[in-house]
Amino acid sequence: MKKIILALLVVTAFAFTSSRGDGDKIPSSTVKKLDGTKVNTSTFSNNGKPIIISFWATWCKPCKKELDAIQENYADWTKETGVKLIAISIDDARSAGKVVTDVKSKGWDYEVYIDENSDFKRAMNVNNVPHTFLVDGTGKIVWSHNSYTEGDEDALYENVKKLAKGEALAH
Amino acid sequence: MFLTQKLPYFTLMQNKYFKSSLTATFLLILILNAFNIKAQSIADEANSVHGYFQIDAQYYKQDTLIGAPIVPEKMLSNAFGNINYTKGKFSAGVRYEAYNNVMQGFDPRYKGQGITNRFARYQDQLLDITIGNIYEQFGSGLIFRTYYEPGLLFDNSLDGIRVISNPVRGLTLKGVVGKQRTFFTVGPGIVRGFDGELNINEALDSMAANIKTKVIIGGSFVSKNQPDQNPDFVMPENVGAYSGRMNIIRGGFNFFAEYAQKENDPAAANNTTVGGKNYFSYQQGDAMFLSTSYATKGFSFLLQAKRIDNMSFRSDRDATLQNLLINFLPATTRQHTYLMPAFSPYATQPTGEVGGMAEMQFKVPKGSALGGKYGMDITLNASQANLLKPINIDDSTTTSKLYRTNYEEVGNELYHDFFIEITKKFTKKFKGTFMFANQFNNINIVQHNTPKGPYKNVLANIEVIDLTYKYKGNSAIRMELQGMQRDNKDTLNLGSWVVGLIEWTPNTHIFVAAIDQYNYGNPVENLRLHYVYFSAGYTSGPHRISLSYGKQRAGIFCVGGVCRTVPASNGFAISITSSF
Repeated sequence: MKKIILALLVVTAFAFTSSRGDGDKIPSSTVKKLDGTKVNTSTFSNNGKPIIISFWATWCKPCKKELDAIQENYADWTKETGVKLIAISIDDARSAGKVVTDVKSKGWDYEVYIDENSDFKRAMNVNNVPHTFLVDGTGKIVWSHNSYTEGDEDALYENVKKLAKGEALAH
Repeated sequence: MFLTQKLPYFTLMQNKYFKSSLTATFLLILILNAFNIKAQSIADEANSVHGYFQIDAQYYKQDTLIGAPIVPEKMLSNAFGNINYTKGKFSAGVRYEAYNNVMQGFDPRYKGQGITNRFARYQDQLLDITIGNIYEQFGSGLIFRTYYEPGLLFDNSLDGIRVISNPVRGLTLKGVVGKQRTFFTVGPGIVRGFDGELNINEALDSMAANIKTKVIIGGSFVSKNQPDQNPDFVMPENVGAYSGRMNIIRGGFNFFAEYAQKENDPAAANNTTVGGKNYFSYQQGDAMFLSTSYATKGFSFLLQAKRIDNMSFRSDRDATLQNLLINFLPATTRQHTYLMPAFSPYATQPTGEVGGMAEMQFKVPKGSALGGKYGMDITLNASQANLLKPINIDDSTTTSKLYRTNYEEVGNELYHDFFIEITKKFTKKFKGTFMFANQFNNINIVQHNTPKGPYKNVLANIEVIDLTYKYKGNSAIRMELQGMQRDNKDTLNLGSWVVGLIEWTPNTHIFVAAIDQYNYGNPVENLRLHYVYFSAGYTSGPHRISLSYGKQRAGIFCVGGVCRTVPASNGFAISITSSF
């Protein structure tokens, strides 16, 4: 028990001025573009417009359903709110080669990165995919959602619209 | 045998190890923090704290018919929590894990609770230093990959130091040293590794702006050290492994190749017992992984090949199963998510295998006769894995085993999977996925690691129909029908199955599902059972709770070619996950 208390103290000791996770900036991790170039995740930006960050994998059915469903209306979403979707693949060496083929053959227009050893996934505390985050125009993470069921994309877009207008979000 | 010998040592080490290491971490964080405060720019950066919690618990009922054993504790639970703290360029984190006791299907050496991961990290443009538990991968992981997979309870993190540096644009250098986590302690061997990667286009900078071909090259060296305590044989105390890799990208083409070699490494994972006599293998190991693809909008092609010979690489020569692995050998077969195609999955054979996969995906365009109003996605996939064909060149004067293999010759078939998958949206509200697969599995080797075991090879035809109907905006009903036909006279492999699933999501927060797996083709008449399972869940933002009740068949659960067997169970389960 002592160990646990000590460990919790270690972490909380530095959190004195911190609020909850909501409203934090995107943590710094290195991910790879599809052309192999390394990119630091803390540099993600969209000219003051909202960003959707979606963690997915080539072997994850619900993830691909969600990204397919968003793709159908993505052009409208971008036009209406300026939102950009960043898809982070957590595929390991077994299936990382399949990321580019899935993205292209599905015709997704997203910005796609590979997080091959899950550094960004751990930094964002994602354990199961799909896990979706919303980042506001100032680069703060303001909303997140785990799992996917039909219609989740509509709820997500309601939040994107609110964010684009500067309104408060519903969970 | 192994358990009773090792456990007292583990529990003894547990307290000592974590107390001292925790104090050290605490002090280091203090020092680093003091350093941060001096640098005003960092002190001004905002703090952030993130966390994740997961609790899984199950109440077990004995069920002799399906083979669910008596669980003396009646209820078992796995739980863990991560807390990460970030302040500008500094970050730190801990993970607490608790197994009271560990759930069925996991290694019982996960017993009790404690801090199993803690780290502190400072990173800027030039240098990135981490102390504590490190997750890192060199190339595709053929000689070094440490990672955490809670679904498998797999964690081979390196407890030590990692330094990453980008001295010039395009060049990344990494160095690691430490010991690996195993259960609640660390393994006996020291692991040291170095990796360099050069992105040639980035290094050439403006000169390369017009070059359309992108080239990335890399190389790694990893060595482990473990004292030799064998009274009879000379065990190499230092074992090195090296690898080189290349990635060439031009337009829609992508080519990746990696080749690795390992020095002789006699260990529990590659020795053989013949006539009660233990033969050590002083053989060298090597591995090759190739992946090439072409992708353009609406069409893609992927070709992968892999050859592995004696590449089990661990920081303890006595370790077996999934323990203390230093490297990662990916399986080049497709990981299925539907129940029946995933019934007999493939697991990488580190002692020797050769295999490959080819996949083609294309989109039938909208408006065409076949594509209809919304288009249609088609995937064709074929993968296969075979044994190598070793030729023994035994040294009869000593108890060591040597062999040679040729690249041209392959051994018996271990696995194949040929499938076609079609996804089509019929109307705005109605869509479906259809799959047909033909699979072969050498169960003795792939699942039981006993080449002369009692199981027969399994050949199966599998069909999947998955239909989703969406109504009233956010509500949906999903149905799955799956069938798997196999030899119904094969008593050890349970014969044919049919699966029905219905899932209702009245809104985006709630799901309710029922599933029936019916073993209608079981060779034993009174074992032709229905495995009925109900589940329901509630999701709100980052929080999720799910409840389930019913019978689950024995099965195999895999992530990335690493698998664990799950025994049959009957009972009530709850799972809660939450992140902030």
